[in-house]
Amino acid sequence: MRILGYKLSVTAQVGIVVVILNVLVALFAPLIAPFDQATPVGDAWADPSPEHWLGLDNVGRDILSRLIYGARMSIGLSLVITALSFLLGTITGFAAAVAGGWVDQFLSRLVDLLLSMPTLIFAFVILSVLGSALPVLIITIAILDSTKVFRLARSVAINIVSLEFVEAARLRGEGWWWIVTREVLPNAIPPLTAEFGLRFCFTFLFIAALSFLGLGVQPPAADWGSMVKDYRDMINFGSAAPLYPAAAIAILTIGVNFVVDWMLSIHSRGQGEGA
Amino acid sequence: MEDNSVILDVRGMRVAVRTDAGEGPVLVDDVSLQLRRGEVIGLIGESGAGKSTIGLASMGYTRRDCYIVGGNIIFGDTDIRAISMDERRALRGPKIAYIAQSAAASFNPAHTLMEQVCEASVRHGVMSRGEAQAAAVQLFRELDLPNPETIGSRYPHQVSGGQLQRVMAAMAMVAKPDILIFDEPTTALDVTTQVECLAAFRKLIREHGTAALYITHDLAVVAQIADRIMVLKRGKMVEFGESRQILQEPKEEYTRRLVTERVAGHAFADANAANAVPILAIEHVSANYPGKPKVIDDVSLDVRKGDTVAVVGESGSGKSTLARVVTGLLPRLAGDVRFNGVSLPPRLKDRSKDQLRRVQMIYQMPDVALNPQHTLLETIGRPVAFYFNRSREEVRARVAELLRQMDLPETFITRKTSELSGGQKQRVSIARALAAEPDLIICDEVTSALDQLVGEEILRLLKKLQNDLGVAYLFITHDLGTVKRIANKVAVMLKGKVVAGGDTATVFAPPYHPYTQLLLSSVPEMRPDWLDEVLAARATGQATTAALLRAP
Repeated sequence: MRILGYKLSVTAQVGIVVVILNVLVALFAPLIAPFDQATPVGDAWADPSPEHWLGLDNVGRDILSRLIYGARMSIGLSLVITALSFLLGTITGFAAAVAGGWVDQFLSRLVDLLLSMPTLIFAFVILSVLGSALPVLIITIAILDSTKVFRLARSVAINIVSLEFVEAARLRGEGWWWIVTREVLPNAIPPLTAEFGLRFCFTFLFIAALSFLGLGVQPPAADWGSMVKDYRDMINFGSAAPLYPAAAIAILTIGVNFVVDWMLSIHSRGQGEGA
Repeated sequence: MEDNSVILDVRGMRVAVRTDAGEGPVLVDDVSLQLRRGEVIGLIGESGAGKSTIGLASMGYTRRDCYIVGGNIIFGDTDIRAISMDERRALRGPKIAYIAQSAAASFNPAHTLMEQVCEASVRHGVMSRGEAQAAAVQLFRELDLPNPETIGSRYPHQVSGGQLQRVMAAMAMVAKPDILIFDEPTTALDVTTQVECLAAFRKLIREHGTAALYITHDLAVVAQIADRIMVLKRGKMVEFGESRQILQEPKEEYTRRLVTERVAGHAFADANAANAVPILAIEHVSANYPGKPKVIDDVSLDVRKGDTVAVVGESGSGKSTLARVVTGLLPRLAGDVRFNGVSLPPRLKDRSKDQLRRVQMIYQMPDVALNPQHTLLETIGRPVAFYFNRSREEVRARVAELLRQMDLPETFITRKTSELSGGQKQRVSIARALAAEPDLIICDEVTSALDQLVGEEILRLLKKLQNDLGVAYLFITHDLGTVKRIANKVAVMLKGKVVAGGDTATVFAPPYHPYTQLLLSSVPEMRPDWLDEVLAARATGQATTAALLRAP
């Protein structure tokens, strides 16, 4: 099997299938889910039955439906946050690389400052003070994440800026906007795409971790991290309830990583040619 | 006792690309050669001729996705294709050794030279560390390296490029291999250094009676060292014969072209309008990089309309820095740069759009001088749109016209620059420079990354454009052959100063400045006796770069 002329490894095929399935489930959650995510439909902790395949949860909601809606919340939230952090990170990273001098110094030290604080603790403080409303959650994680994107975008751009076609553009008298968008960006897409996949995974796990600690997505909305938290005690009673959302987190993360590995291998092969 | 037995017998070698999509292009097609002990065979051809592939395949190796698909490769009495990868690895080093183009890339900067020179022999169990070190010191001495006893304790960055290349030869020779494979070992060196390396390599091969394959694109270099020469083109053998025969009576048309391109010079460009105001006047300019000593010091130079002024010198002479000062990338420290009589602001960002337009630049490496993601229309059209504010249709028409002038098909207009060959890319670079309709084009080593015949075509194109458009060139190069052919004025740079300057005919005629003479005598000529003559002349007390650098 090939995509864009590149051969797909077995792991890449598995990864792509997993990602596509997850995205489809997230997109069509209301159509697929047999029940509503927030309405109790039976006794708490009812065992799996032909009607409720994975059983019911602590307040009698259908676990399968919550898992399906959870995909929507977890994946959608991660995508929005990752996209935002990339927007912020690449613009500032490229600006630092192209402008150099004090602009680079200022942005780099600011990022160092943010990076010097443990991300989880920092997110705790912000979310405790400002509350866990979704917009706050999104902006906080996006800003924290953009520091890592900044680092990558800056180093990629610095390598490109040192090439002679950028010098040629400078000699022509081009402004920084042209250099960033027309000279640097098209050549930075491959490494940034691969990084996007990786950061998506980290964001996704980070939201899961925050939700597990109670600071992420708030009830009654379902998300995989908070589902693990809500159901964790049931493991003591022989119920598999917390394992379903945990497995969903693990499977999606591994799937995305498979796809990212494949994209990185294409990229490095492209670079290696002609050496 | 002379042992003239055949040590490497290659018959009908075929190497092809093979991917999961099936068999790809054939890189080496039906090449045969018999290498005897003590013999040197030169493999010559342009890039893509398959010469390096033959060198690697002789050891049983290929590049990624390439396979030896046919023929026999017999080393001594071992069929290399029949043995396992492990057995081939055991041959490499003790029996067949490889000397690569870039010594700097082949050495680990974190280890001393001696460790790396001895590593392979000790690892293969050929000799003990003590024996290997003794052999290495002996080789350093034979290769005329300074301080042979102690140079081994240095790190790669502490010796010069030419010395490192010779240390690599010592590394290859320590285990006393039967065959040495030289893959363009002097291509990255300055001409004066190249002479020293060539002499050392030849001495080494002769004294040890080692057989060698010498791979290069430079016929004049191979003429000095090879007994027989094989000319290759696109993986096929064109001609194979004694060195003298190849150079003096080539049988094939392709060989003849390779030989004559080097010998025949073009007529000197005529110096016209000698009393006009110079387009570019560099007056007593000095410059340095922040916190470093001066790289160029009190340099003066005039370029008039229709002039081609060559700036010659070895690496580190400051010739590229001079270009950076003229373009404003590096602000000058002192002196003045006037353009059409008007002083140019030292910094790029203080210059007007019109000032920027009138000076354009063509770079050495067309691969990195063009944005690989842009089409030719974007690349060449941008200066047109940027400087002249033309409509989309006008830009397209102008780009098509420029492509025609460059002898490139108009259909290329939608291609990305990364899809072109090296020579085509360089033509696009020229078109991009011309699109700005400049008065002066700075050419920074524009042919040195190209094959010989392709480079010739580029020079011819530049000359023709100059005749048609009257643009002036500031030609930065280390290649004196190019200078003689294209420039009407020349400035020879040494240690950041112009040591000789004026009309090309005057500078390159006696009495020379000693450094000019050194440079001139270092350019390999297509005679097998050239190296001997140069070495004989040097032995009788001629100047060397080192001596000139020490002089006040």
